[in-house]
Amino acid sequence: MRDVAIVAFAQTRHTDHDTGLAEHELIHPVISEVKELTGLKRFGFTCSGSCDYLAGAPFSFVSALDALAAWPPISESHVEMDGAWALYEAWVRLQHGDIDSALVYGFGKSSLGDLRTIMTLQLDPYYLAPLGLDQLSYAALQAAAVGADRQELDEIVRRSRADGRSNPYALDLPEPDGDDFAVQPLRKTDVPPITDGAAAIVLATGDLAGRLHPNPAWIRGIAHRTEPHYLGLRELARSASAADAARAAGVTKGPVEVAELHAQFPHEEIILRQALELGGDTVINPSGGPLAANPVMAAGLVRIGEAARRIHDGTASRTVAHAASGPCLQQNLVTVLEA
Amino acid sequence: MPSDPLVAQHVLEFPGGYTRTTGPVIGRFLSELRARRIVGVRTAEGRVLVPPLEYDPATGEPVTGEYVEVGPAGTITTSAWVDEPLDSHPLDRPFAWALIRLDGADTDLLHAVEADNPKALAAGTRVWPVWRDRPTGHITDISCFAPEVTKIVSSVRAEYRLQVGGALRVFLEGVERGVLLGSRCEQCEKVYVPLRLACPECGNTLPDTLELPDTGTITTFAINNLPDPRAPEVPFVSAYILLDGADIPMIALIGDVPAHEVRQGMRVRAVWVPESERTASMANIRWFAPTGEPDVELA
Ligand SMILES: [Zn+2]
Repeated sequence: MRDVAIVAFAQTRHTDHDTGLAEHELIHPVISEVKELTGLKRFGFTCSGSCDYLAGAPFSFVSALDALAAWPPISESHVEMDGAWALYEAWVRLQHGDIDSALVYGFGKSSLGDLRTIMTLQLDPYYLAPLGLDQLSYAALQAAAVGADRQELDEIVRRSRADGRSNPYALDLPEPDGDDFAVQPLRKTDVPPITDGAAAIVLATGDLAGRLHPNPAWIRGIAHRTEPHYLGLRELARSASAADAARAAGVTKGPVEVAELHAQFPHEEIILRQALELGGDTVINPSGGPLAANPVMAAGLVRIGEAARRIHDGTASRTVAHAASGPCLQQNLVTVLEA
Repeated sequence: MPSDPLVAQHVLEFPGGYTRTTGPVIGRFLSELRARRIVGVRTAEGRVLVPPLEYDPATGEPVTGEYVEVGPAGTITTSAWVDEPLDSHPLDRPFAWALIRLDGADTDLLHAVEADNPKALAAGTRVWPVWRDRPTGHITDISCFAPEVTKIVSSVRAEYRLQVGGALRVFLEGVERGVLLGSRCEQCEKVYVPLRLACPECGNTLPDTLELPDTGTITTFAINNLPDPRAPEVPFVSAYILLDGADIPMIALIGDVPAHEVRQGMRVRAVWVPESERTASMANIRWFAPTGEPDVELA
């Protein structure tokens, strides 16, 4: 294995509404920022993550390339997933040994349509999508399966929003109040905010990483696992795939100071804490997490960036980032970062 | 500079729908639905997957060619309640999503369940499919599931024609004149009201008809909390009233007094409807109302 580190991270100041910026206009500042941070103008590989259904335009990720310097031709790829999976692809690409840097970015504007029903389109077209099963409904089924204590859920939402208010990139959400249900047992305050945003990360190998950052965040483990998409085939109250990914990435091989979890609903944090075997001394989502800003298709990459930032600024020496995709945490990607 | 934002509406749609091939496994499930059967497929390890998949999610091995009819009933394992259905949802009124372990299956089917409220859908609740009128081979051939039948409501209605003759007719004719008629048994020395032809104690014919006063004493009473068309309001009081001079109490409504003030021994008097409205019916007496006299000590 080649040593690969995160040497730069940038994210937009996420918004809860459409500011009118086109996708490439959203991305351009964060690409420029990581170029400036690293001094790199060209990268061995570029990979992005996004979802065309968010914009409702086929191949919309292609026009987003306008935010890069794409001429002369660059080596480029795209995943129709969160940017965290673009980072995984870039990490695999760097393992080939012929290049030593990669640019990764993810972006999404969930303000353009009704995210709750757009997410129905990711379900299988035979058994689930025709029922119109929407995102809040399947999340509520998982919340019911977890059967968590209401106070614990409320505390997760309260803590996430409070942390988000002190994070300049997250949304300024009030203390949660009101007990209206979205889909029972989920309350309206349990639902992540509609968010537009983007993030970019630069990966570098070995010596280059050391030259680009005084404290590179070394990727010491990275693994992703998946489960059947059909909810009735899974044990919804637990995440076997997150647990497998965490074991494969070596989460428990050392103390975890900070864990950034891609938990869009408070019950998901409970499932993930258990799956990743995180102890009480691990700080969870100090950025506020997706309950404070949920730029779909960038939120998982932001988790990796936030976990790396703690190592970059010297406040932590071992952190964990988690990204999820698919209905009810179907797919899980776990990254272990060390100073 | 324009002050209004430039906004455009935009729809992504596949006109006429997107055609997909189902393959033999999913196709079999959907074809069986058209015949109103639900089938699962057996894995090499013997588990029954419902709805069927081409592979065993546990091992990745192809499933066997054995299809097993399951359900149609099942048991809810998990549910979530939707108060405000979306246009895309299968029901246009509040309903639940549920994972349902159909009888004979080893995995859960996800579908909508129709119920009155979320409490009716606890884990363990038994549900049955409600089929669409014309199944076409689609997951929505099952409109939804509904809780198992545990009770039915049956209506009862029969019509009768009653004719009043004998003593009751004489009594009601008295009521029409504003008089309560009773009869006295000489052998038992008891006065019965309403009027009757024979003594219930000794069987003697009762020749004596007497007019009784419309005053009496409450011997016992009940406070009723279910509405009754004849009652003034809810709660209302029905009471046994021992008319003065009678030995058997008569049942009647009590009015003009709060229910909680009614008591045994209370003196009451009939409140009659105006003379112009009187008929040969007990409706002539609206109810009995307190007279204000001191209570009577009951024997
Ligand atoms: Zn240019």
